[in-house]
Amino acid sequence: MEVSKRPETPGAAMKATGTPPAVADKPMMDKTLVGMLTFLSSESVFFLLLILSYLYYGGKGTTGPNSSVLDIVRTGIFTVFLLSSSITIFMADRSIAKGNRTAFVGWLVATIVLGAIFLVGQITEYLSLFNDQINLSRNTFGTTFFTLTGFHGLHVFVGLLALATTAIMAFTKNLKMGHNPGVEAVSFYWHFVDVVWIVVFSVVYIFR
Amino acid sequence: MSEAHIPLVPEKTKPLPRLSEAEGLLSWVASVDHKQVGIMYILTAFIFFVIGGIEAAVMRWQLGTPKSTFLSPDIYNQLFTMHGTTMVFLVVVPLMLGFGVYLVPLMIGARDMAFPRMNLLGFWLLAFGGVLLYFSFAAGGAPNMAWVAYQPLSAKTYSYSTGVDYWALGLLSVGVGTVIGGINFIATILTLRAPGMKLTQVPMFVWTTFVNSFLIVLALPALNAALVMLLADRLFNAHFFTPETGGSAILWQQYFWAFGHPEVYIMILPAWGMIAEIIPVFSRKPLFGYQFFAGSSIAIAVLSFAVFAHHMFAVGLGHTFEAFFGATTEVIAIPTGVKIFNWLATMWGGKIRFSVSMMYAVAFIATFVVGGVTGVSFAIFPIDWQVEDSYYVVAHLHYVLFGGTMFAVIAGTYYWFPKMFGHMLDERLGKIQFWLTVIGFNMIFMVQHILGLMGMPRRIYTYPDSPYWGLLNGISTAGVFILGAAVLLFMYIIWKAVHNGEKAPDNPWNGWTLEWATTSPPPIENFNELPPIRSRRPLWDYYHPENPDYAHANPEQTNAAADPKPEGRTA
Repeated sequence: MEVSKRPETPGAAMKATGTPPAVADKPMMDKTLVGMLTFLSSESVFFLLLILSYLYYGGKGTTGPNSSVLDIVRTGIFTVFLLSSSITIFMADRSIAKGNRTAFVGWLVATIVLGAIFLVGQITEYLSLFNDQINLSRNTFGTTFFTLTGFHGLHVFVGLLALATTAIMAFTKNLKMGHNPGVEAVSFYWHFVDVVWIVVFSVVYIFR
Repeated sequence: MSEAHIPLVPEKTKPLPRLSEAEGLLSWVASVDHKQVGIMYILTAFIFFVIGGIEAAVMRWQLGTPKSTFLSPDIYNQLFTMHGTTMVFLVVVPLMLGFGVYLVPLMIGARDMAFPRMNLLGFWLLAFGGVLLYFSFAAGGAPNMAWVAYQPLSAKTYSYSTGVDYWALGLLSVGVGTVIGGINFIATILTLRAPGMKLTQVPMFVWTTFVNSFLIVLALPALNAALVMLLADRLFNAHFFTPETGGSAILWQQYFWAFGHPEVYIMILPAWGMIAEIIPVFSRKPLFGYQFFAGSSIAIAVLSFAVFAHHMFAVGLGHTFEAFFGATTEVIAIPTGVKIFNWLATMWGGKIRFSVSMMYAVAFIATFVVGGVTGVSFAIFPIDWQVEDSYYVVAHLHYVLFGGTMFAVIAGTYYWFPKMFGHMLDERLGKIQFWLTVIGFNMIFMVQHILGLMGMPRRIYTYPDSPYWGLLNGISTAGVFILGAAVLLFMYIIWKAVHNGEKAPDNPWNGWTLEWATTSPPPIENFNELPPIRSRRPLWDYYHPENPDYAHANPEQTNAAADPKPEGRTA
């Protein structure tokens, strides 16, 4: 085996080499946003499989209740609340870009309220279904319905935590105004949760 | 052992709260330095490798003679389940992640991973998942339904002990941790490359890790979703996979293999990258056909999502279905074959130095081709029907996973150990270790091809005294002792190197990539200064200003075989 004994190592103690400097690269993407987008693509596959499971059993079981027990109007109204929250968080994004802290916190609170109303709607819907003995173990409709919408609800809840953290940080002046990739990442996540709900609502409630 | 060489505190300017260098061992729990986390990944994987290896050895002892009663069927079922799960999720994938976590920032001239704390979280989720899995032994019996967890064997009705629950929970933790690792790699490689380093100029190991990370990010959630459904079935009486209440057992197979076949490539892509780093350096030539290697990796990643049902030919899914997946399986062999030619053409006409690392790399090509040929034979589904669930499959998968990935990892260990720990591994003992590994490995698994073709089923605890079965199984079991000796010798070589090994220079193999541009082991901040990066081989350019790669339109045109000996290099 040959082992070279080189006196100097370029990275550890390199002096100017006289060669022209390396070509400057274009500024690279922001790592927080790349990380969030990658995470969301991963989440999409997770939801894809949950949706496929729901579709595979066609919203029904061999016996027992099927998707016709769902109240499309009621859930539709709560859906409007969730989808409006995408508009409020868009306004929040614009406010932070302009450096308007008060407006930013205001729009964030509006987003949180809209998201929370959706979640309350989902909980009451669950309770009324449980009342009719429709649950995870009733039949394949119950299994796939509660798993799919339950995981979506969990994501809404996590989103609310992230939004609340952001709002508190902004309110206590611990958040950089202007271009802030962390806040943008939260906003990406929230839009994602909304888009997933559009798909879930279409699959479960509209085209049943 | 290595604490003396690896700086303990990751941040100079912002040290972790309440953690100081004086806390010594605690920093191995809390450090977010990518080098330390990478070594923790590799060490953890090695511990699980020994555990999984012992499980395999015990099984081989049982199978050494016909009608053996050394193990009960139930214990045997638990052992092969744990062996498979351990080797796939706790050894091979963590090894791929660990080498990546250690090497990727160094190779791209970065200070650390993009998200150092998430990096550590990913490692601990993996370690926690491993502990959770092995806790099942204490909690009333390990899982016993094989690592693929086919329904209904993994259903509550067949597997009433909590083993399957621990299996699913453990893998869920490992799965989330692996996704975190994948996200981190993508963000690191996209955003933290050194100034001047284009994405088309990264070392091939970085590229394969990059492609691999997309596979991880898109395939692991399929496993996670399937595990969540399995847990819902088992813990909350849901009906995803239970046919008796309207569920579908096939659905589990679809989901599991939709994850499982990309997983196969998750377990090999970075290993290919390692071989593509090692062979050029020891052949004194740049990698032949960098673009083809990079492109074929993408092709494999895309195709790997379209071949998974070849694991399910025996299910009877219909001829159209089978024809499609048979065809895609044959197609995916093409980009794989391209890589073989990349390596061979790199060696062709090169000035080859047979260090232990290079010997393992060459052995990798040979054994991987064997595994590849048996693999593509499954695409012809009548053959698949014939050999399904036989030892032919066992032989195939061990040729690609042990003869492939593990050979590459050992090659990589001999290659990068000097960088990681600042000591050379003993080359003389290493060559003995190499031959023990190659002979032991081929003794164990070569005969299993024949056993499989003779119809010996896998996952059965014993077999009748059919002609030659006892003899061939005896050969296979005898090989375990040789391979075991190789593993013990490997541990001794490492121990010897750490304690009184020859001190490693910064660039012992005359490598060209950036990890060799810093000290061995690297300082906490990795680099004080980087050489200018204008080609795929920045160190070549640095040491050969008279004939740099960037002076050539096409880097492959560089006549590097005529490597002029720079001062200080012993020939």
